Amino acid sequence: MTAEAPRGADAPPELIQLLTPEGERVEHPDYDIELTTEEVRSLYRDLVLVRRIDLEAVALQRQGELGLWASLLGQEAAQIGSGRALTDADMAFPTYREHGVAWCRGVDPVKLLGLFRGVNHGGWDPYEHNFHLYTIVIGSQALHAVGYAMGVQRDGADAATIVYFGDGATSQGDVNESFIWASVFNAPVVFFCQNNQWAISEPLEKQTRIPLYKRASGFGFPGIRVDGNDVFACLAVTRKALADARNGQGPTMIEAFTYRMGAHTTSDDPTRYRVADELEAWKLKDPIERVKAYLFKNQLADQEFFDKVDAEADALGKDVRRRCLELPDPGPEALFDHVYGAPHALVDEEREQYFAYLAGFEAGAER
Amino acid sequence: MTTLTLGKAINEGLRRAMEEDPKVLVMGEDVGKLGGVFRVTDGLQKDFGEDRVIDTPLAESGIIGTAIGLALRGYRPVCEIQFDGFVFPAADQIITQLAKMPLRSLGAVKLPVVVRIPCGGGIGAVEHHSESPEAYFTHTAGLRVMACSNPADAYTMIQDAIRCDDPIIFFEPKRRYWDKAEVDLTAPGLPLDRARTVRHGDDVTLLAYGPMVKTCLAAATAAEGEGRNIEVIDLRSLNPLDMGVITESVQRTGRCVVVHEAPVFSGFGAELAARISERCFYHLEAPVLRVGGFSTPYPPSRLEDHYLPDLDRVLDAVDRAFAY
Ligand SMILES: Cc1ncc(C[n+]2csc(CCOP(=O)(O)OP(=O)(O)O)c2C)c(N)n1
Ligand SMILES: [Mg+2]
Repeated sequence: MTAEAPRGADAPPELIQLLTPEGERVEHPDYDIELTTEEVRSLYRDLVLVRRIDLEAVALQRQGELGLWASLLGQEAAQIGSGRALTDADMAFPTYREHGVAWCRGVDPVKLLGLFRGVNHGGWDPYEHNFHLYTIVIGSQALHAVGYAMGVQRDGADAATIVYFGDGATSQGDVNESFIWASVFNAPVVFFCQNNQWAISEPLEKQTRIPLYKRASGFGFPGIRVDGNDVFACLAVTRKALADARNGQGPTMIEAFTYRMGAHTTSDDPTRYRVADELEAWKLKDPIERVKAYLFKNQLADQEFFDKVDAEADALGKDVRRRCLELPDPGPEALFDHVYGAPHALVDEEREQYFAYLAGFEAGAER
Repeated sequence: MTTLTLGKAINEGLRRAMEEDPKVLVMGEDVGKLGGVFRVTDGLQKDFGEDRVIDTPLAESGIIGTAIGLALRGYRPVCEIQFDGFVFPAADQIITQLAKMPLRSLGAVKLPVVVRIPCGGGIGAVEHHSESPEAYFTHTAGLRVMACSNPADAYTMIQDAIRCDDPIIFFEPKRRYWDKAEVDLTAPGLPLDRARTVRHGDDVTLLAYGPMVKTCLAAATAAEGEGRNIEVIDLRSLNPLDMGVITESVQRTGRCVVVHEAPVFSGFGAELAARISERCFYHLEAPVLRVGGFSTPYPPSRLEDHYLPDLDRVLDAVDRAFAY
């Protein structure tokens, strides 16, 4: 009674790729990109550094220093490619997994750890980096992004908005409503869907019978599927979509076809629902290895460069760890701060009562 | 007798209900192969198949909306909402449709839908994973609201909820999922709308449900040393309320403290306090006091020990009740 293989699955959808898993450059008529050696090296460095931050965070969680971590392993190219396509004026709305995009926006990685360590619910100023807070409620941020883009549109600003979400999120009402809004108002927004093939334990087939990028056409805007493990292609495709948005051509949906190499989060056990072969196949498409191969083959970087990046990654990992452990625990006053902007009698009363209650223990202890 | 965790007891209850009635379905995110993020539906898909244990697309409004449709067609869907904070996308379907359709049809339509919600804090989770949204639902006419607190009750309560023809919001205290107890798999439970006195005492009545029952029992044990005899009532059903048990107890003790994790302000305790003052006014030695969360969003996990009522805060309220 459950759905057969998706209809149309036999005709493989076009996947925009500019760099093969083996590190060969391929041309594409619509999405070519000129990258200087420096730019390619810099992308490589980004990829390696965010993977290192991610690894460190997983280790910190294992050691009890974080309550949870949502790993981006395998999705580095989708995040760095799209993140590096943004201008300073562009605004990004992430899920909870966009550590690579945060990196591109200049958010201190330790600030990402705060939420997962449980010292705060966000921790950075979204305006400082034009990078919104992480959103845990699946799909909610898609509507925020479209509204923000409508504001940009009304301001006549030279900026675009990008919103990140997963394959699972495409089932949510909020995401579908955001498509409608964006379409009807021609909002300058890019929908960046990282299709990592899984929503916790549910494979893509539980969310869709057609390739996700094809959904866009039904809403009235273009949809493109890009090799999400190809940082060049992700950069090129996102750049074009953002430029279109800025030029008044409205929304684009990008489906970055990628794979969640790790568990959903550190609380998850993927051996319960997926086979190891799948992971092995995707390992061959690793987003970092292909850039390395490209740099090597074309003699754009030597061993010294790679060693230097690795050393930098190690230093960064250590630094992130040290500063994570130094994150101060919030005091009880943090419960009551910022609930409201203006003075609020109820919160003030509860704060006072609770501090009086706590003081009672101290008085008791002194006696 | 079998030793079961609370999570496993619900699992066994679901299994029983599915064996008993082929119309019972389980649906939700990750309830199939994974067995749910808390493993409450573990093994059910393997044994009952994908048509009865349904991994749904990721959309809570869709889960409840389609459950309503299935119920209209004679099925008895048991929906899992993965975490308390994610019931809100389904609020429209629950409040405007599920709760009201039976009445609109003048009783022709029955919607035996159970919405299971792991609730409450104390597991060190990130935002939206520690909420106590019961008051939104007790405030909605047409819904029954239940909250289990221990394995034995959980086992029978889930089955009774599934058998009931009314829509039911069924709260499961997630931090107690791993608590173990002896469960008699053959004994019938209390009727689904009854409270249970879980500890007898004559000095003060503690009213609690879900995760706070254990906390109150611990407080009662601690107070014993000080010569205080605390009665603890596990409400089990929040809507309707078993006012008989509550009234009898408070009229006898003359003091009452209500404990829940949700914010005190406009919380479920307000309803209890009001009803008790209406029915026990001349017996009360002190106002009904409430212990609960603050009027602040559920905090980041490093602060949750401040937010969650614990033994000390319960006993502090008991002391205050005696100070009148
Ligand atoms: C509204 C809502 N429902 C359920 C969840 C629990 N949940 C967290 S992540 C997730 C799967 C998300 O899958 P996808 O959108 O593909 O993103 P990914 O995690 O794969 O990056 C679920 C069901 C949630 N956070 N919010
Ligand atoms: Mg996914």
